[in-house]
Amino acid sequence: MLKIDNLHAEIDGKAILKGLSLEVNPGEIHAIMGPNGAGKSTLGYVLGGRPGYEVTAGSVTFDGQDLLEMAANERAAAGLFLGFQYPVEIPGVSNVQFLREALNAQRATRDEKPLSGGEFLKLARAQAAALEMDAEMLKRPVNVGFSGGEKKRNEMVQMGVIDPKFAILDETDSGLDIDALRIVGDGINRIMRKPDKAVLLITHYQRLLDYVKPDFVHVLADGRITRTGGAELAHELEREGYTQVAA
Amino acid sequence: MATKNAEAHAAVAKKYEWGFATDIEQDFAPKGLSEDTVRYISAKKNEPEWMLDWRLKAFRLWQTMEAPDWAKLNIPSIDYQDAYYYAEPKAKATIASLDELDPEILRTYQKLGIPIEEQKVLAGVEGARKVAVDAVFDSVSVATTFRAELEAAGVIFRSISEAIREYPDLVRKWLGKVVPQHDNYFATLNCAVFSDGTFVYIPEGVRCPMELSTYFRINAENTGQFERTLIVADKGAYVSYLEGCTAPMRDENQLHAAVVELVALDDAEIKYSTVQNWYPGDENGVGGIYNFVTKRALCQGKRSKVSWTQVETGSAVTWKYPSCVLNGEDSVGEFYSVAVTNNRQQADTGTKMIHNGKGSRSTIVSKGISAGRSDNTYRGLVKVAPGAEGVRNFTQCDSLLLSDQCGAHTVPYIEVRNPSAQIEHEATTSKISEDQLFYAMSRGLDQEAAVALIVNGFAREVLQQLPMEFAVEAQKLLGISLEGSVG
Repeated sequence: MLKIDNLHAEIDGKAILKGLSLEVNPGEIHAIMGPNGAGKSTLGYVLGGRPGYEVTAGSVTFDGQDLLEMAANERAAAGLFLGFQYPVEIPGVSNVQFLREALNAQRATRDEKPLSGGEFLKLARAQAAALEMDAEMLKRPVNVGFSGGEKKRNEMVQMGVIDPKFAILDETDSGLDIDALRIVGDGINRIMRKPDKAVLLITHYQRLLDYVKPDFVHVLADGRITRTGGAELAHELEREGYTQVAA
Repeated sequence: MATKNAEAHAAVAKKYEWGFATDIEQDFAPKGLSEDTVRYISAKKNEPEWMLDWRLKAFRLWQTMEAPDWAKLNIPSIDYQDAYYYAEPKAKATIASLDELDPEILRTYQKLGIPIEEQKVLAGVEGARKVAVDAVFDSVSVATTFRAELEAAGVIFRSISEAIREYPDLVRKWLGKVVPQHDNYFATLNCAVFSDGTFVYIPEGVRCPMELSTYFRINAENTGQFERTLIVADKGAYVSYLEGCTAPMRDENQLHAAVVELVALDDAEIKYSTVQNWYPGDENGVGGIYNFVTKRALCQGKRSKVSWTQVETGSAVTWKYPSCVLNGEDSVGEFYSVAVTNNRQQADTGTKMIHNGKGSRSTIVSKGISAGRSDNTYRGLVKVAPGAEGVRNFTQCDSLLLSDQCGAHTVPYIEVRNPSAQIEHEATTSKISEDQLFYAMSRGLDQEAAVALIVNGFAREVLQQLPMEFAVEAQKLLGISLEGSVG
């Protein structure tokens, strides 16, 4: 589904990713772990299509398409979802308006009919309920005045509504208390744990992986994947630290 | 003698018939501005003597005045002699079909979802008018129904030329009472040469049964560059008035100097909404309309209320300060504004809230959006007279920058001469963030849609003041005005 080959990327002339390769197949959940500054978020942004990051070598294909040639919104329409570490506030725009416009823009790109207001609201309310988020929150401006945990939960509501093929979740567990962690973990499983979907979980900590069992765990250090293993690798990292394991 | 008279009559009749039937050439006033021009216009309108005198007085005054230069605007000097001051709309350049229209304008029409027949009218396609009236209103009789309904309610809704002839006492009582003839250079010019406009009178206790909007949309084509509007809401009356047109008018008049006067008596309320998107000129600032408007409301009565809402996206230069003179006790003035400037556009806009009445209150919410190499200034005055006890004002000015070459300026003037006044002023300036853009795009919106969404969110407080149908068009318009302004 996603194939990253020898990816090099830099920002402001500073090399961050230095030959990263990774292949994710349908039905798989991959966790990327690593120390601060290893390039985890950069990987998410490069895959999501954020301007400012320059790919200097390598390739990324998504379902056979050259991902790097596509604008961020085209990637979204192709089925890629980026869950933000710091979800952004958009004052004056309600969650409902934001998400409905976004979803219908994606649908238009795929030549699908737009969802009516009623259809959309039903979908959004169901997702909010599944994530134990008050439906009133849907009327509030996007992420404005939300707590850290609410923002992350809101990301999952968006993911549920958009129903992507492939999700990159950048530190979705940060800022969550124990209960919220479980709710978000359940959400990821419910929405994404399917034979035709895949997930790339970017995280510092092992704790989210108690809820979302990864098929593969990769250690990202200094812009490259230095080790790959199964779920047990996360426990090893937790015990021994990155310096030991990544070296 | 009798023969002579008959001859004269015949000549007059003939001339009239001729004048009536001809088009284009005969409907221009001679080029330039003189007393003759003023007389020509007044005669064209069959105006009574007092009206002509009033115009001439203004013209003589205007000759002694100089164009103001205190605004933060860079305006090339205007040759007032090199312009026509009266041209019937028939003289508007016509084209045979939409195919001849600038594709850019056509594309904008389509984006706004304007029906094809209406597009033809806006573009000035030959012979399209009648069809469009039918298309918009189903049939002319519907418009007549509107008129009948208004008349049954006692509402007077006329072109100002008609009103001057039909309701001279009412017009005379209020014309120039809110914006006096000597008010400012452009207002004085308007007094001398105003071409047409609208008169509205809502009698005591009447709530105008409809928003005076769709009807106006037809009439809008007939209003010239020196528009004059007078709205009087008698005691306890209410009216919502919508001005403007959300499609880009292909307008060859460079200078627009309108005057709008509103009068609200005891317990009356006027809601005045404007969406303005005249031609802003090209990316290099060539062409475009100069929009020098004087809009003012007299909240004369106790508990009277006037609310101005404006969405300004067009014109090369905008100079406009819709204001409220709050004379009545506990009267209320509101000003909600969104001003967008892109490319080389310049806008200097804001409001004046003059608190003379005890307990009068005002609210100012201004949202300035600057892109390209444009300049956007909020200029506002809050003034409290010595005798006005218990005045309150709240002002909020927010600026959003979309490029690093544009300017946003906030110039608030506050003059308080009564210690009991409570005046609050908040101002923010922010730049549209790459985080916001990327976030919206990563959810599936293309760049233009993302900018439009963020900008609309920024302007929401103001847009929600607009009547529903207008708000939707205004939202689309904000997006269109800012196309290509980021990245």
